[in-house]
Amino acid sequence: MKHNVYLYILGMWAVTYLIRVLPLTLIRRQITNRTIRSFLHYVPYVTLAVMTFPAILTATQSPVSGALALVAGLVFAWLGGSLFQVSVTCCAVVFLAELVLVR
Amino acid sequence: MLTDRKKWFAKGLHDGIPIMLGYFAVSIALGISARNAGMTAPQATLASALIMASAGQYIGFTLIAAGASYLEVMVMEAIANARYLLMSCALSQKLKPELPLRHRLLIGLWITDEIFGLSVSVEGWLNPYYIYGMAAVATPGWALGTLTGVVLGNVLPVRVVSALSVGLFGMFMSIFVPPARKDRVIAALVVISFAASYAFNALAWFDSISSGMKIIILTVVISLGAALLFPVEGEGEHEA
Repeated sequence: MKHNVYLYILGMWAVTYLIRVLPLTLIRRQITNRTIRSFLHYVPYVTLAVMTFPAILTATQSPVSGALALVAGLVFAWLGGSLFQVSVTCCAVVFLAELVLVR
Repeated sequence: MLTDRKKWFAKGLHDGIPIMLGYFAVSIALGISARNAGMTAPQATLASALIMASAGQYIGFTLIAAGASYLEVMVMEAIANARYLLMSCALSQKLKPELPLRHRLLIGLWITDEIFGLSVSVEGWLNPYYIYGMAAVATPGWALGTLTGVVLGNVLPVRVVSALSVGLFGMFMSIFVPPARKDRVIAALVVISFAASYAFNALAWFDSISSGMKIIILTVVISLGAALLFPVEGEGEHEA
């Protein structure tokens, strides 16, 4: 293999740790720049949404079951399902749908 | 002082149990994606024990599978985990100003969506031992679930693997949907993100751009546009 997996892991860990620890150790005040604050506020939602769709359609054996899991997840999360509940619901929907869809 | 630490550590252990169970189930899918990326069980388990980031690890594994450069993986890791920067900022306001550096360095290891969520909801100053207690049960849940995914991914029927593969997407939805329900700007952003992401993936014109780069471009453009058009006031980041 061209790259060393442990170096990938070390790099991923170092970046993630710095992101988590720098504000805790360096910033004792709230960020004052409104645009930066707002940008960082929106980033998580946009990134997660971009990563969810359309990737969920190709993650399963059938795009239809992926689409059903997407709808089920959105509705259940909207109704206040916990991380665990939403996650399990999506899995269950795919499993049941593919009993019919995939032979 | 010592009893205070014990009390908070015990409370953390207790409150961490549901997090551990959720993490175990969800990280099975992560283990499967690690296996698909060609990673071994020790590698995937180590990555989970250290990194504790669902979206970040998922995109990292995807890029590893694609043979991306170290720099590409680290840049994407920073983008995917940018939300922890905000959480860390918010959490810094919950710590006693005189809290020693060693505690701040330790807390930084375990800022996940769920641990953060419980930590900021504490009344008054946050005792770091609360986080240590939660981490003591949540981390094994995340690492062992990943291990289970890598190991059982080989013997699990295709149907089961297919079903578990959407577990992480369910987790993502449970993070971005509740804020979208409360905030129409975020709801609109989710719709725009879905549409733009679909267009980027469907149009042959963008085929030359790697999937990781697409996520970076879309995230920066859409978030910056929203920041300029709908700047956030006050302490809105506590929902992140």
